[in-house]
Amino acid sequence: MTTLELQEELAKLYNKNASHIAEDTSELINKHRQQAFEDFKRLGIPSKKNEDYRYTDLMSYLKGEYSYEIAPSKFSVDLDDLFRCDIPELDTFIVLVLNGFYYKQNNPVGLPEGVIISSFAKASIQYPEIVNRHYAKYADTKLDSLAALNTLFAQDGIFIYIPKNIKIDKPIQIINIGFSFKNLRITRRNLFVIEQDSSASLLICDHTLCPRSFITNSLTEIYTGDNASFNVIRMQNENGNSSQISNTFVYQEANSRFSSNTISLHGGLIRNNTFAKLNGEGALNKTYGIFFGDNDQHVANYTHIHHAKPHCESDQLFKGILDGNSTGAFNGKILVDKFVVKTQAYQRNNNILLSKTARMNTKPQLEIYNDDVKCSHGATVGQLDENALFYLRSRGISNQEARHLLMYAFADEVIADIKLDPLRQRMNEMIEKRLRGELARCENCKVHHLGN
Amino acid sequence: MLNIKNLHVAIEGKEILKGIDLTVKLGEIHAIMGPNGSGKSTLAAVLAGRDLYEVTEGEVTFEGEDLLELSPEDRARKGIFLGFQYPVEIPGVSMVNFMKTAINEQRKFNNLQPISATDFLKLMREKKEVVEITSNLTNRSVNEGFSGGEKKKNEIFQMAMLDPKLAILDETDSGLDIDALRIVANGVNKLRREDNATIVITHYQRLLEHIIPDYVHVLYRGKIVKSSGKELALELEEKGYDWLKEE
Amino acid sequence: MSAEQDQILDQVTSNEYKYGFYTDIELETLPKGLSEDIIRMLSAKKKEPEFLLESRLKAFRHWQTMKMPEWSHLKLPEINYQDIIYYAAPKQKAKLKSLNEVDPELLATFEKLGIPLEEQKQLTGVAVDAVMDSVSVKTTFRETLAELGIIFCSFSEAVQEHPDLVQKHMGSVVPYTDNYFAALNSAVFSDGSFCYIPKGVRCPMELSTYFRINAANTGQFERTLIVAEDDSYVSYLEGCTAPQRDENQLHAAIVEIVAMENAEVKYSTVQNWYPGDKNGKGGIYNFVTKRGICKGDNSKISWTQVETGSAITWKYPSCILKGDNTTGEFYSVAVTNNHQQADTGTKMIHIGKNSRSTIISKGISAGQSQNSYRGLVKVLKNAHNVRNFTQCDSLLLGDMCGAHTFPYIEVDNETAIIEHEATTSKIGEDQIFYCNQRGIDTENAIGLIINGYAKEVLNKLPMEFAVEAQKLLQISLEGSVG
Repeated sequence: MTTLELQEELAKLYNKNASHIAEDTSELINKHRQQAFEDFKRLGIPSKKNEDYRYTDLMSYLKGEYSYEIAPSKFSVDLDDLFRCDIPELDTFIVLVLNGFYYKQNNPVGLPEGVIISSFAKASIQYPEIVNRHYAKYADTKLDSLAALNTLFAQDGIFIYIPKNIKIDKPIQIINIGFSFKNLRITRRNLFVIEQDSSASLLICDHTLCPRSFITNSLTEIYTGDNASFNVIRMQNENGNSSQISNTFVYQEANSRFSSNTISLHGGLIRNNTFAKLNGEGALNKTYGIFFGDNDQHVANYTHIHHAKPHCESDQLFKGILDGNSTGAFNGKILVDKFVVKTQAYQRNNNILLSKTARMNTKPQLEIYNDDVKCSHGATVGQLDENALFYLRSRGISNQEARHLLMYAFADEVIADIKLDPLRQRMNEMIEKRLRGELARCENCKVHHLGN
Repeated sequence: MLNIKNLHVAIEGKEILKGIDLTVKLGEIHAIMGPNGSGKSTLAAVLAGRDLYEVTEGEVTFEGEDLLELSPEDRARKGIFLGFQYPVEIPGVSMVNFMKTAINEQRKFNNLQPISATDFLKLMREKKEVVEITSNLTNRSVNEGFSGGEKKKNEIFQMAMLDPKLAILDETDSGLDIDALRIVANGVNKLRREDNATIVITHYQRLLEHIIPDYVHVLYRGKIVKSSGKELALELEEKGYDWLKEE
Repeated sequence: MSAEQDQILDQVTSNEYKYGFYTDIELETLPKGLSEDIIRMLSAKKKEPEFLLESRLKAFRHWQTMKMPEWSHLKLPEINYQDIIYYAAPKQKAKLKSLNEVDPELLATFEKLGIPLEEQKQLTGVAVDAVMDSVSVKTTFRETLAELGIIFCSFSEAVQEHPDLVQKHMGSVVPYTDNYFAALNSAVFSDGSFCYIPKGVRCPMELSTYFRINAANTGQFERTLIVAEDDSYVSYLEGCTAPQRDENQLHAAIVEIVAMENAEVKYSTVQNWYPGDKNGKGGIYNFVTKRGICKGDNSKISWTQVETGSAITWKYPSCILKGDNTTGEFYSVAVTNNHQQADTGTKMIHIGKNSRSTIISKGISAGQSQNSYRGLVKVLKNAHNVRNFTQCDSLLLGDMCGAHTFPYIEVDNETAIIEHEATTSKIGEDQIFYCNQRGIDTENAIGLIINGYAKEVLNKLPMEFAVEAQKLLQISLEGSVG
């Protein structure tokens, strides 16, 4: 299959289902589809010739036969009963998204007044004013065809709204589940609005509950108002047959603080694109990630941090451990506009290759158009430190154990940044399991297997 | 030679110096003491011409000339030397090149020919002895890779090289062990003459055991709250600064 | 920075390009434009062997199928290739036998550029090939070098006298298919330098080529080929200038280096083509392909460049580290001021085991210029134990300029250790103040700081060049205090 063929197939799929796709969303959402369609047709599926996808061979993951569901899956079993994603000592507002659709039976209770966590489709009808103010404002469909594709097919996902002056201590948790008897294409669309002086933290867990192959196109728009604070921790843990393309667009007002820690544990293809626009003075952006690859996995992180106003600070840190035939890519950019003075922007990418056939490509970039900045980037590709290994072994630790210890330590820089203790602990456990090859999915999220 | 009258200084709108009066005559050593944050370093930086600070009121004359009108380099060329509290590192610029440029700028200002290479090297050798610098500065960049003590010694070395009329030493004693302190103090004493003057800014009295001041001033919250002879330093050492705050 | 510093900036921005004069000399030119006929004429004029004409035509036909590359971070102007003269040579009667027969006007020109062509006047230890427009004017010290078996002559002479060597190596490192400008050069190159160091010989003097564009409306397309046989060593210098003109002129050169077992080649450039005036008018478009191959084990190629000239620079001196235990180095200072644009860097292709590379790049941008570092470090599958260290720093002077860093790191072998570091910052105000306090004015302080910043690279230049380069840095940045 060529990129052109896939593009045509998707266009056909849309044309055939256009009216159904637009059925449950309001006109505020639907009015953007036409432009997105044109952009998608113009841009096509990115090939390796596209500089931004130079190191990600999308087509080799996206080809194949997939179904598409234009309505929520109807299972005769109650997912609530089957699915638990508890983290000891961590109480969260949990919502489920099944194959891209909000899982209706599960509404969080006890939310502070004015706070909304709901289905995206429903929100587009119930809260038109808020949705209209932010929807498709930060995700530029003209630049990224996958963002265009998402806007074209967008039906549901999660809508979060935190009004002014609300500080939620209890984290919100979104669990995205892929579950189907057929290979499936999934589109997810999220919108998170954190108004001024508010703060919240969000945990996102991506899981597949069966060995079927899923291709997920997920797009999230995030708005942080003046002095707002939003912290997103994301755990990606899908099966090796699945592909996830995830676009996140963050728009930050003055003195807002946004941080994200993306932990890519498992998946066939993981491509995370993070775009952040620091559009108010004093904004702070932290984009961190750790990724693990083995077998034929491909994990790519693409960042584009745009300093559009003075006195902002951004900090990026991505670390990768690659084993087997896996390939990793980092493509990061810091863009500082003219006259955007007193900018501090940092970017670092460190990678470890564990096997003869693992590969890493990295491209950290700085584009800076004024002099009053402090920017730096660094990238390394290497191995575990032989001296450290030897030191540990000389203390009686086995080679295997010593390697785990060092990898664990390598990952810790990203994990240590997670503020919620129970969650950090859970992530540590997950990583340890991942390193030991014991991980299929998060233990506590274990599904008491469907159908038996 | 130096006259400060009612000097008010602010940084980003916040007033730090609130009316300083100080007169320094030739041959004198003045010590300015005070707790952290009292404005000591600000005073030093303003006298040297750092543009981070805004003079909102008052005047400063140096040898009868309005000092505040002059650029930092012209102040230096006229003989004002600031010994920095935190000497900055300038990678790749050798000490030799740096000092030669500085000396020749000063000579040019005074309508003198550039110094010859041999004279310069001789001068370097001579002045290095003043502060007991033994390492070869030729291959070292300005302050780069210098230890804390070396940096301070290097400041006094530069002072010796440039032979200023007025030296302002900003916390030159901070971070020095007792040997380095002695070396630095000896250096300053050796350079003391009837036709120059020194302002020593310090937090502790111990430097003043080595450099005996003629006057001691206490700076507190942007004002000189007490001026007296050298005995004031001892009193401060004994009682701390708190008793002044009550006055 | 303060208003006063801004003022200094304005005052001195109008520095004069010292080499902007033009020599009025009788020229022999081919008509404007590019076609197979022109190439045939050019080849015939140079009495070239058949193989060369064939290779030119092949390159030309290929070039016609290509497009100007668009990936660089440069605003590239439309270039009308039919409006360029591809061959311009100072007229001369017969083949030169001695210096006495060189047009005195030419000698004077090079003298004025500080490149005396009379051997007794030369800096000892530097042999020069002087190239003006399309031809080599004079190569000095040829005889002295010949005694050691070293061939150092113009490219045209090499074609006549050593066609086998030329045929064997030309295009072996940069094939005509490599890129747009390489194809163009392969079709129309006129002259350049050729250098051959036989087995076991350490070249006792610096070899140097000095390129001068003089004639109007001409492009300069020279070609340099350096072959270092087993166990040999040579250090090579390249300098260049051009008259000050309002129109832009095209320079598209190729440099190829072949280093055999245990050989070492150092190639240093001080690039000072006319950069255009302070409003961005005129200047040279400099599109150059420079590449060396460390073919034999334990060989080493080292590039050092000081880039201050040209309106546009597009240049990536690279190393193919084919042999085991080979070493590639790239040291660069690139200064852009006013409206200059530079997109420059290197490629280190690691093929051999235990190959090492070092990249040190110092970018300095001032005025309204844009300065980009672009580099590739590639480790192939079977290249075990590769090491690379890259440090690329950018210094910005003034709030209208840009500094960009585009490194590509592609690692296909798990034993590699690759480190890349980059920083971008403005010139330290506290450093300037420190100098001010010692009586050094801001302009001089910046000169000092910049030279200190670039020292790591300048130190790699041969002595004679280093002094020149230091001055050049200062001049290039005159008035850029912001």
